[in-house]
Amino acid sequence: MSTIERDVLGRAELGRLVERREEELAQLRARLAEWEESYDDTPRRDGPFTTISGREIAPLYTRVDRDGADEDEAVGLPGSYPFTRGPYATMYRTRLWTMRQFAGFASAEETNERYHYLLDHGQTGLSVAFDFPTLMGFDSDHPRSLGEVGVCGVAISSLADMERLFEGIPLDKVSVSMTINGPAVILFCFYVAAAEKQGIDPTVLRGTVQNDILKEYQAQHAWVFPPEPALRCIVDMFEWCSEHTPSYNPISISGYHIREAGSTAGEELAFTLRNAFEYVERGIARGLDVDSFAPRLSFFFDVHNDFFEEIAKLRAARRIWARGMKERYGATNPDSWRLRTHCQTAGVSLTAQQAENNIVRVAYQAMAAALGGTQSLHTNSMDETLSLPTEKAVRIALRTQQILAFESGVSNTIDPLAGSYFVESLTDELEREALALFDEIDALGGVVPGIEQGWFQQQIAGSAMRQQREVESGERVVVGVNHFLEGSEKIEIDTLKIDPEVERMQVARMSAMRAERDEATVASTLSALTGACRGEQNVVPYILDCARCYCTLFEIRAAMEEVFGSYKEPVFF
Amino acid sequence: MSDERKIRILVAKPGLDGHDRGAKVIASAFRDAGFEVIYTGLHQTPEMIVAAAVQEDVDVVAMSVLSGAHMTLFPRVKKLLDEAGADQVLLTGGGIIPEDDVAELERRGIGRLFGPGTPTTTAIEYVNGWFAAQQTS
Repeated sequence: MSTIERDVLGRAELGRLVERREEELAQLRARLAEWEESYDDTPRRDGPFTTISGREIAPLYTRVDRDGADEDEAVGLPGSYPFTRGPYATMYRTRLWTMRQFAGFASAEETNERYHYLLDHGQTGLSVAFDFPTLMGFDSDHPRSLGEVGVCGVAISSLADMERLFEGIPLDKVSVSMTINGPAVILFCFYVAAAEKQGIDPTVLRGTVQNDILKEYQAQHAWVFPPEPALRCIVDMFEWCSEHTPSYNPISISGYHIREAGSTAGEELAFTLRNAFEYVERGIARGLDVDSFAPRLSFFFDVHNDFFEEIAKLRAARRIWARGMKERYGATNPDSWRLRTHCQTAGVSLTAQQAENNIVRVAYQAMAAALGGTQSLHTNSMDETLSLPTEKAVRIALRTQQILAFESGVSNTIDPLAGSYFVESLTDELEREALALFDEIDALGGVVPGIEQGWFQQQIAGSAMRQQREVESGERVVVGVNHFLEGSEKIEIDTLKIDPEVERMQVARMSAMRAERDEATVASTLSALTGACRGEQNVVPYILDCARCYCTLFEIRAAMEEVFGSYKEPVFF
Repeated sequence: MSDERKIRILVAKPGLDGHDRGAKVIASAFRDAGFEVIYTGLHQTPEMIVAAAVQEDVDVVAMSVLSGAHMTLFPRVKKLLDEAGADQVLLTGGGIIPEDDVAELERRGIGRLFGPGTPTTTAIEYVNGWFAAQQTS
């Protein structure tokens, strides 16, 4: 048979296929119309049949809902463009998600003990929670830190604290994630310096620093510098890390805090991806090759109550990222298209009332994260609405992941919900919603103008208020809070208390550290840093020098603030 | 609530904690309920909060504390209010505050403190009740 003959035959075959498909669809539509009639004639519950984000959900999804969608183009296969089915070809068949519990409290020693405990219990990565003074760039002995030292996380004011935090933990073996943003570059330098002290070459370091300042202005509010200098430091990190710590993620672009502050799933998806593209644009504007830094950009999403919407959100995120990076920003390395993400169950969904019920909420959310194809996961502890978690509560949360991974069977096959009419429709819908929000953000002039105008903050607060009203009116059932109240009267679980002595000890330790260090070197490295901030040099090597000679967090912050100034939020409610 | 004048309430976020979802929801709910609401914004020191309370001549200061620093922040604001001659101002609030601490703070003259899951209407009723009692006493 000639090529032409084959073509003609092929075309005829294709024509018959299209015809058959159209016929089938017409039959399906007719049967669907019958079904709709019987649906309309049958009494139904009051609902609401909406997601927690207010999205209307149809009673039934069929092939008709995805008519015209190109499965191969939009869904594809795991590990290949557009990565809807997962960033890696083999996913959990090669490696389960990393079980990474966020932990930190009191002093570096006490947190170090908790890390050893978690590693001994089968946790596979570490995640550092810092206290509020550290998050805001204040030393433990600064007057603004009074009453907050070590209370909500661990207090780290210098390299000395960082060394104690990882004592006995080989930083070349364990990957460490650090949740820090405003002063991220400073804590990152403490970390690199601590690794050097262990005799480790920084090129082998694996881990992540959150370093996502845009969502701080939008939602979490732990900032130090104004947007422009803050973004400069982030691009400095991209540049420095791509050369010196090539296996380390210099950013984790986070929807988590946007969602926890009240946004919908669609807003979380859109704001996070738009922020991510903003960082990409900043890197390109600096003159960096997009493929030199994009493969190390990582993500962090919330996994909230609505099971299918959360799974669809993660699938849509991967597709939006891949398409944007390839088509808009011209990345050619597939690693630049591959969205890798950490997930955490929704702290805000937990209730103080009947707190043991939170174990169940967390388990469903964790399953959504696994079905959504996450690379690592933190499961919240049942007592987190009351205090930092107790050891027992943390163990149950970790066991929840282990039961999911080893008993439930969800990790046996890749992206098991692909092809579900509902999940694919929802994935498409979330992608469309995010793209429409991108247009709104562009109309404001971009991300930074949107922040300055308070637009993101107002969208998030508005969604939070709507959810509050739904709960208070009883329209949205929250078990133990507005329905099924028996057992809600008294809180009966143990909580963790931080001894106020921690603050006194930490302050004393800082004075001792200051007395031992070489003040002349401290002054000269700090002044060199201020000079670098004034110029256009990459600030990372200068901060690293400061870290190595035990300059404190606040001293380094102040040296930079001299040039950069500090951020003042636009206040509204 | 009184017809003559609106109750003035300062919603404040003391300390370094940036979690303002609750504070903003409370501020909106009080405004919708007809109160005169002033919101301080984030990262306020006790001194800044008391200065704002005095300057705005508020009836109530409502602080949102999720950072665990409540045992430092509430007594400190209370002391500064008293020192500024604003001891008639009701200091109340909410956040992640264990029951034992709530009881201890109440002993020290702080008003009611509300935990997670409290309907906004409960807080509004409480402030209205307190205000009505003030007017009749």
